[in-house]
Amino acid sequence: MNIRFSLFLAALTVLFIIVSPGCKKGSEKADEKRSEEAVTVDSIDQQLVKDVKAVKEMFYSMPSPLEVAMILKDAGETYNQELLNPLNHTTRYVTTKSQALNLGIYTTDLSYSSLYDQTQTTIDYINAAKKMAEGLGIMHAIDNSTIQRLEANVNNRDVILDIISETILTSSSFFKENERDAISTIVLIGGWIEGLYIATNLVQDSPTQEDIHSNELIARIADQKLALNTIMKLQEKNEANKHLDQVVTDIQELEKIYDQIKIETSRAVPVKDTSTQVTTLKSETSITMTPEIYKQLKEKIDVIRTKFIS
Amino acid sequence: MNKLSSHALVLLTLFMIMPLLGQGQCKQFAKQVCKNELTPYIHNGNYNAAILTEGETAEMYKTFYSRQNYRLYICESSAMPRIHFQVLDINRNVLYDNKKNGYKMKWDFMPESSQQLIISLEVEDGENDSDGDPISGCVAIMIGIKQNGNDSSP
Repeated sequence: MNIRFSLFLAALTVLFIIVSPGCKKGSEKADEKRSEEAVTVDSIDQQLVKDVKAVKEMFYSMPSPLEVAMILKDAGETYNQELLNPLNHTTRYVTTKSQALNLGIYTTDLSYSSLYDQTQTTIDYINAAKKMAEGLGIMHAIDNSTIQRLEANVNNRDVILDIISETILTSSSFFKENERDAISTIVLIGGWIEGLYIATNLVQDSPTQEDIHSNELIARIADQKLALNTIMKLQEKNEANKHLDQVVTDIQELEKIYDQIKIETSRAVPVKDTSTQVTTLKSETSITMTPEIYKQLKEKIDVIRTKFIS
Repeated sequence: MNKLSSHALVLLTLFMIMPLLGQGQCKQFAKQVCKNELTPYIHNGNYNAAILTEGETAEMYKTFYSRQNYRLYICESSAMPRIHFQVLDINRNVLYDNKKNGYKMKWDFMPESSQQLIISLEVEDGENDSDGDPISGCVAIMIGIKQNGNDSSP
């Protein structure tokens, strides 16, 4: 190999080390340096060294649209098609933000309808989700073969749920692979808000304090306070993404109301059932929320959802 | 463009896309291998996978909801060293440790109260590959959910 070419290769290697997406960021390098320094001076407390070592990957996982729909179904609520985002709205969504939000919204809608065996609605909504996915550049997330598979299994709910799960996985992995994690977060926020919208509209109007204590669905709505922390962490991880920042600003308005809800949970004790091999995490929770706070919450969710589907 | 520059361009392109190829393989691995291991639970659809090297750690923060049935499955590509994982509550109290359960990679559980849990994993140090380099591979954290018995379809 001639010398000029060898030098060129060496220069390219250096360039690669600098620009590679796999290279560690400044803060990670600093963490490593701190870790190395700790190793040289410690020799006493190995546990401390272990604690200092940076975690390579941090995942913050929001409930997926399928999970949101399952929570709704398991709370024992009924199906109401009027609550879904109308199919003729698809032409409205032309920006990245609106397509991402409504990919999440339509995916929650189709998950919800599939759990109640509304097969034609499920097919219609997967087509709506397909349009959103295509707009975002994910041509293969939901293709014609996906829809054909769905149509061929209209009476098999497990297969339908598996198809929905696969389409969510394809789109979420596509965004991760293409370093568009912020868009993935917007999709999940859209799906999550849709779940909250459906849930709050399935609860009877003006629930009393007693309803608030006894209604399973209201408890699940209050539980969503826990997801807010994840949203904020995801925003930190994807800092300076204008689309996500705009969406999170709306969510922060919701957070102010959720802050008024008090949730106390005792320490979980794992108890394993040796026959089923399932471990129950035994604990107790108390939720403190007044009818007035619930009303504010429902109104704010309505406002945000209306904004997202407009 | 002369011959030297075109060679260089090809090499540079290859270098640049190599990390993405790794991600692509990880995605296929999660879809084709890991997902099936959740049956009869249904994968929630969220993609949480990364290329890890022995000695490296990862953590996932996730809210698990009251009275939902979950299967946690830590999936790793073959030839990787063992993975030690723990499930912790938000105060980092240990709720499950796979080391105390024969390094099982699946855990089925049902929380009575909704709560945020931390899944903390470490790829244990193993024997290096034939070149003496640490072994790297794909590790996916898969969450499966199962419908409860109630079926109030209209």
